Amino acid sequence: MQQETVRSGMIEISYREAVREAIREAIKRDERVFLMGEDVGRYGGCYAVSKGLLAEFGPERIRDTPLSESGFTGAGIGAAMAGMRPIVELMTVNFSLLALDQIVNTAATVRHMSGNQFGVPLVIRMATGAGRQLAAQHSHSLEGWYAHIPGIKVLAPATLEDARGMLWTALQDPDPVLIFENVMLYNMTGKLAADAGPVDIDRAAVRRPGRDISLITYGGSLWKTLEAATALAAESIEAEVIDLRSLRPLDDASIMTSVAKTRRAVIVDEGWRSGSLAAEIAMRIVEQAFWALDAPIGRVCSEEVPVPYPSHLENAAIPQAPKIVAAAKAALGRA
Amino acid sequence: MTAPADKPRLSREHMLYLLKQMIRIRRFEDKCAELYTQEKIRGFLHLYDGEEAVAVGVIPVLEKRDRIVATYREHGHALVRGVPMTTVLAEMYGKQEGCSRGRGGSMHLFDRATNFHGGNAIVGGSLPLAVGLALADHMQGGDLVIACFFGEGAVAEGEFHESLNLAALWGLPVLFVCENNLYAMGTALALSESETDIQRKASCYRIASEAVDGMDVVAVEAAARRAVHAVRESRKPYFLECRTYRLRAHSMFDAQLYRDKAEIEAWRQKEPIVRFQGWLQSNHMIHPEDVPRIEAEIDAEIAEAVAFAEAGTWEPAEQLTRFTYAESAVPADR
Repeated sequence: MQQETVRSGMIEISYREAVREAIREAIKRDERVFLMGEDVGRYGGCYAVSKGLLAEFGPERIRDTPLSESGFTGAGIGAAMAGMRPIVELMTVNFSLLALDQIVNTAATVRHMSGNQFGVPLVIRMATGAGRQLAAQHSHSLEGWYAHIPGIKVLAPATLEDARGMLWTALQDPDPVLIFENVMLYNMTGKLAADAGPVDIDRAAVRRPGRDISLITYGGSLWKTLEAATALAAESIEAEVIDLRSLRPLDDASIMTSVAKTRRAVIVDEGWRSGSLAAEIAMRIVEQAFWALDAPIGRVCSEEVPVPYPSHLENAAIPQAPKIVAAAKAALGRA
Repeated sequence: MTAPADKPRLSREHMLYLLKQMIRIRRFEDKCAELYTQEKIRGFLHLYDGEEAVAVGVIPVLEKRDRIVATYREHGHALVRGVPMTTVLAEMYGKQEGCSRGRGGSMHLFDRATNFHGGNAIVGGSLPLAVGLALADHMQGGDLVIACFFGEGAVAEGEFHESLNLAALWGLPVLFVCENNLYAMGTALALSESETDIQRKASCYRIASEAVDGMDVVAVEAAARRAVHAVRESRKPYFLECRTYRLRAHSMFDAQLYRDKAEIEAWRQKEPIVRFQGWLQSNHMIHPEDVPRIEAEIDAEIAEAVAFAEAGTWEPAEQLTRFTYAESAVPADR
């Protein structure tokens, strides 16, 4: 193992490049795979993820689409039913609402409704989250909505390894998989093994071990939560940080194992608080680990407003490290 | 030399086939209505009476390997395509022997064996799906025709326009078949479209189109031969508007407050079975004993289907969540 890593070495790479490498590998490896979406080809992708791929693979497999989210998402569903492995890119989660009919009424239902005769092995990628001053129609975090829907799987890669590795595994899945890429992560850079490959898509990961409190999060909030954990450590609070990775299905076992150890939990979720994924996780902890708890479960979610344009208001609207620190300390009775 | 692909076949055998398929659908739907009042069939039930010439005119022109996407008024399409009447009716009973395991009911008949990609209860929702099936064929270098049936109500949906544009833009083999029965549930065409000449809309997308008398099975078949041939050869979409009429209510809950009885009566005079049967008789293409024989055969098939559905079994509730996701890692597709 060690020799392998030494031989292949580590490379400096951005999250954006890691996603691009994942797409490139998938298209090379499987002739059924193609990428389709608005401006994925000539423009290079709204967030530059697919830059260069058109020149490499041509317009059939890097397919620019008109602004017809429902039309081309449905086309991805049909192509998947007929043996292809499409990757549909929706520029942002807000635009995915224009394709909601196809995702919820067709992709999610067909296998069950047809009595297992037809499946939809489709991957849909989209950007999510706030932080780029794009205001209230480009900045929301609606992945929790999608996690509500039986029949689809929902992933939130937060690390370079997951950005690089989740796509291939998702493409092997016989059912529709939605991948949410937080917009603030695209520029994140770091070291990744040059031979990094597929990763599992059904387990949560402990990103920082700790004994005092479980901080449960995903996606763009992972890094703020790790920042908060560092700040807490300076006050001798050892927080355990759980990266959910998969929002549907949720890895209950990993959550409960952590909570059983720390006896306290705070959930950090960029979605709005009401009816949120955070609410679902809190309830599962109550159902499965109530007697292990020493304190009420805390939540750090987005404020219940449409995300505004000015930077200071945008920052105030979404979870930030100081709020996470405060919530953790409150759960520990050290507010 | 073989005959041109778009030439109608006027053999007696073929004429009897068309007649039988239309009567078969009509009698099946009559039985469904009866079974609905007996509460054997529940939920929404949309019957095809009056529109039989469309499915019967178009579907037999397709090859077995072609794919079909239909609407929620799709019993006729499934039957003509060759989905067994037994499993269609069992589906409507909700029995696990049904063609969708009983999970879909009347509006969601699926059958992999005949490439029947389902009834769809979201008006317009099936058009993007058809585009995707055609995109797969395009990328796989195939020679399929994807037949997509929808009503004129779907024309008002954005997905209709997105799908026509995509199919034309990318050169995809979709046969769009608009079953224009003049009412989207209870809303008349003139109350929902600024341009009521539906087939003209295809020209905005540079799609070849044709409108045909959807009450005339021979005319529909001839148009379908032209259309299927065009799609098969050109690998481009084609738009066929079949002008027809729904003789029954929209569904079993519809009191039909939105149209006059006189209008329904006028259309009844043009209905496809009586018309085709009369034409065959006046041209001496059928014998007096043919229709009673056909009806007896159909009644026997229906009786068998009812017996099959009655004898069917309920899926155990313990299996409720099965197939929400695949049970095997290997995708079930082709």
